[in-house]
Amino acid sequence: MAESDVKVKVLGSWSSPFVMRTMIALNIKSVNYEYLEERLWEGKSELLLKSNPVHKKIPVLIHGDKPICESLIIVQYIDEVWSSTPSILPSDPHERAAARFWAAYLDEKWFPSMRTISIAQGEDAKKAAIAQLEEGLVLLEEAFGKCSKGKPFFGGDQIGYLDIAFGCFLGWLRVTEKISGINLLGEAKTPALLKWAHRFCSDASVKDVMPETEKLAEFGKMIMAKMRGAAPPKS
Amino acid sequence: MAEEVKLFKTWSTPFGLRVVWALKLKGIQYDAIDEDLSNKSALLLQYNPVYKKVPVLVHNGKPISESLVILEYIDETWKQNPILPQDPLEKARERFWAKFNDEKLLPSIWGVFTKEGKEREEAIADSLENLQFVEEELTGKKFFGGEKIGLADLVFGWLAYLICVFEEVTGLKIIDERFPLLLAWIQEFSELPIIKDNFPPHDKLIIRYQAFYEKYHPAK
Repeated sequence: MAESDVKVKVLGSWSSPFVMRTMIALNIKSVNYEYLEERLWEGKSELLLKSNPVHKKIPVLIHGDKPICESLIIVQYIDEVWSSTPSILPSDPHERAAARFWAAYLDEKWFPSMRTISIAQGEDAKKAAIAQLEEGLVLLEEAFGKCSKGKPFFGGDQIGYLDIAFGCFLGWLRVTEKISGINLLGEAKTPALLKWAHRFCSDASVKDVMPETEKLAEFGKMIMAKMRGAAPPKS
Repeated sequence: MAEEVKLFKTWSTPFGLRVVWALKLKGIQYDAIDEDLSNKSALLLQYNPVYKKVPVLVHNGKPISESLVILEYIDETWKQNPILPQDPLEKARERFWAKFNDEKLLPSIWGVFTKEGKEREEAIADSLENLQFVEEELTGKKFFGGEKIGLADLVFGWLAYLICVFEEVTGLKIIDERFPLLLAWIQEFSELPIIKDNFPPHDKLIIRYQAFYEKYHPAK
């Protein structure tokens, strides 16, 4: 059966950067898919619990009847199944390693600092989290120079793995800038990334799945209010 | 052109060992540089400025850091004895379990080792839940990779030689008879010459982890 005949579904949430990665990858490959919105605050759907029993998290890609979980694993799966151009991962093993390294850095170090800002207790903790974000952006500015080699994206002429891994966080990055009043992506320290961010958000495979900053900011406020109303987090 | 492969590691790091196993499986010649992490070499800091950690693989002068990234690099560069399957769904499955080990299983078991009181009980509950998922994954399989070992086996491999060390030091049973498939896997995996010939020395590990344990649980 041709790949195009097999149904593709995405279980997601409109505000999740990780879900966005999945949709951008499918869009790059011009794959039609059905998007199913999980209303996470109302409880997880049967389909989600069945498809991702280990983590019970979105995104989940359901290809035919097979679920694939974890956003970066999903993106690689998409690249390998729909293997015609454009490629999402670079072809050179060193470049692939660099893309994977920075994607892992974003998930394990950089994005967690962003989350820390909203729950940070006290000015010092907030300042430390912001400093971490800024430091990370400087590293990524340098990585952009090395990976792009003068071209518009980390992936070269077109959006690639690291563009997707990083670009999905731009919405929440803008929300963080709004709330903190600090310009994180700027002319002074990250001029190349600033331009890259515009290009990324305007790209055909991105613009329809990137949520509006205002909507995200409202959503962010609602979550924070709910979290404050809930029991205090375990320290 | 002569190929130059170097691996920066320590004698005990399980993250370095998984890379050693991959290199040995593929018959790749390499120079091992054992670091003293309390006194990191200038080269290590130069090759891994972001994390300053081991392992780092250096291939013809170019460094690669992060053990899972290194394993994929090795598999893509040296095609003999592949550790990842060709099928994208099976590949995704191997990657999923490798990630599960590093992000969930290993931290929860480390929590059992390091924590006390209520926190330890929570870590034990988490570990049991995580081990149960892993146990189920082994249903109908000799190895996580099927008939042969693959990425997930190498990443879970620390269980084969370090759990007994943790159990001896803590006096706790971490993998018990509730996990027959996992226990069988540990046996099979440990019998492979490439695997067991590279296990760090058991008595050295006991001394090391005994010292850690005393640090985390100071005598009152």
